[in-house]
Amino acid sequence: MDLKSPSKATNEDRRGRIITYSCIGIIIVLVVSILYFIASRGLATFIQNHVNVFRFLTGTQWNPSLLDSHGQPEVGALPMITTSFLVTILAAIVATPFAFAVAIYMVEIAPKRGTKLLQPVMELLVGIPSVVYGFIGLTVIVPIVRHIFGGTGVGILAGTLVLFVMILPTVTSLSVDALTAVPMYLRSASLALGATRWQTIRKVILRAAMPRLLTAIIFGMARAFGEALAVQMVIGNAALMPTSLVSPTSTLTSQLTTEVGNTVMGTIQNNALWSLALILLLMSLVFNLLVHFIGKRGEIK
Amino acid sequence: MSSQQSNRVATIVINIMVAFVVLILIFLLGDILITGLPHVTLHLLTSPSQSFAAGGGIRDQLFNSFYLLVLTLLISFPLSLGAAIYLAEYAANNWLTSLIRTSIEVLSSLPSVVVGLFGYLLFVIQFKFGFSILSGAIALTFFNLPLLIRSIEGSLHAVPRSQHEAGISLGLSNWKTIKGIILPAALPGILTGIILSAGRVFGEAAALIYTAGESAPIVSYTNWNPLDSNSFLNPMRPAETLAVHIWKLNTEGVTPDAVSISAGASAVLVIVLLIFNLSARAIGNHLYQKGSGHK
Repeated sequence: MDLKSPSKATNEDRRGRIITYSCIGIIIVLVVSILYFIASRGLATFIQNHVNVFRFLTGTQWNPSLLDSHGQPEVGALPMITTSFLVTILAAIVATPFAFAVAIYMVEIAPKRGTKLLQPVMELLVGIPSVVYGFIGLTVIVPIVRHIFGGTGVGILAGTLVLFVMILPTVTSLSVDALTAVPMYLRSASLALGATRWQTIRKVILRAAMPRLLTAIIFGMARAFGEALAVQMVIGNAALMPTSLVSPTSTLTSQLTTEVGNTVMGTIQNNALWSLALILLLMSLVFNLLVHFIGKRGEIK
Repeated sequence: MSSQQSNRVATIVINIMVAFVVLILIFLLGDILITGLPHVTLHLLTSPSQSFAAGGGIRDQLFNSFYLLVLTLLISFPLSLGAAIYLAEYAANNWLTSLIRTSIEVLSSLPSVVVGLFGYLLFVIQFKFGFSILSGAIALTFFNLPLLIRSIEGSLHAVPRSQHEAGISLGLSNWKTIKGIILPAALPGILTGIILSAGRVFGEAAALIYTAGESAPIVSYTNWNPLDSNSFLNPMRPAETLAVHIWKLNTEGVTPDAVSISAGASAVLVIVLLIFNLSARAIGNHLYQKGSGHK
């Protein structure tokens, strides 16, 4: 028997390792190339077209084909940035109480019935595609908003209402995980001291779960910030500063989906859009960092 | 207010909010199905779409959605299976692994429109694939990978450690243990994960607008040669999916019966997704009972 060469099992294992290592290698190459390509295109506005970064972020006029008084293209991205942040924050503000209520119901009030009923509800809400949300927003929410507030009905309010339903399941299921992770002895201790269920929830459970609940909200916000089509269908798609909650405006994502097809590669109009994509990319990295940071802080406690 | 009273009030408020959320879902599904189902006719499902005239159908879009789904899974399943096996079985607990995990997380948090634009930049333009099913399938793969990796890794972790040890102690190689013992045991979870991710892929549109394109050329369903330009199997042709079609109908507004077609198409989309969802559960339960002997 040949003892010097590796055994059959060793060879097999080596083959397995090669297969799995190359899969993971491909994925890393992929992530790096996404970051690289979007960044290189997104920076072209500032490097090739010499647009001032500060002016890009604070300008309120978006009209890349025209030149402004300084002889620079009018690429002020502030309207899109503002609208994106506004719909994200408003959607999170509306969704959080409902998500927490559902999570508290599922974990603390009626664990058996709640889970049986609400788990499928959340799965179905996640399952509805974003274009269908957009379509319902367009045919149901926009007319209602138009009826109550006048105007066209499109804008931040309609966008917020659509996003609220879309991020609700994300925030809820992560909040459920957060509440479930609170050790049982904290509940028992609080109840043994004579606290009511609500006192226990408010002063013990929510406090103990706070870092993970915050993470849940941030995940929801990340989803809202990156959502494209549902928002694009109800926001109005006019690259203007929002003047009210019901004025047509545009988010970063909606501007991208609407305009990329109408521009030619390599022109300033196109480069400016890639810069918007770069902002989206950077924000998703920021959301990621926030989650990590809060997660770390939560662990130490 | 005494603590008893506030307890009662809080419970009532929470109950009302939960009921409101349930009502939202009932309203959504009701709205989609009640306004949509009357438009779901044989005509809608079997005729090609019309851009400027009424009476178009969604035949090609429906087929494209399924075809794109199959291609996406063909590419993304092997890749994520390999990656998940690496993470669950081989990965050491060090900086490299946490870097890999972080990059998968980054991939999963990228907005789908950014993923679509990347696909457009690299595959449609750089590699000259044009607007094609292949570009679309690759873009959807990026979008699908993190979800699939996470669910497969979860199912692999759920297999008891003792099964692994039993395999090793019988003298099997690590790889053979994974292939012959761990994977079959994890199969129900993996299948459920695949079907759930299929649902997400099926409804996705933002990543496809600039990769698979917004046009559905007339194709021949009798031409089985994938290399022919008019064959329905040709992966290099542009292919508008059902979700993209709904979006286009509502944003371009040139089709006279856009609202009724999108209502019908939305109902079809949601029904297909419901079927995915239910079958994922059914398969999961069935295989679990078969594998574990529990009834």
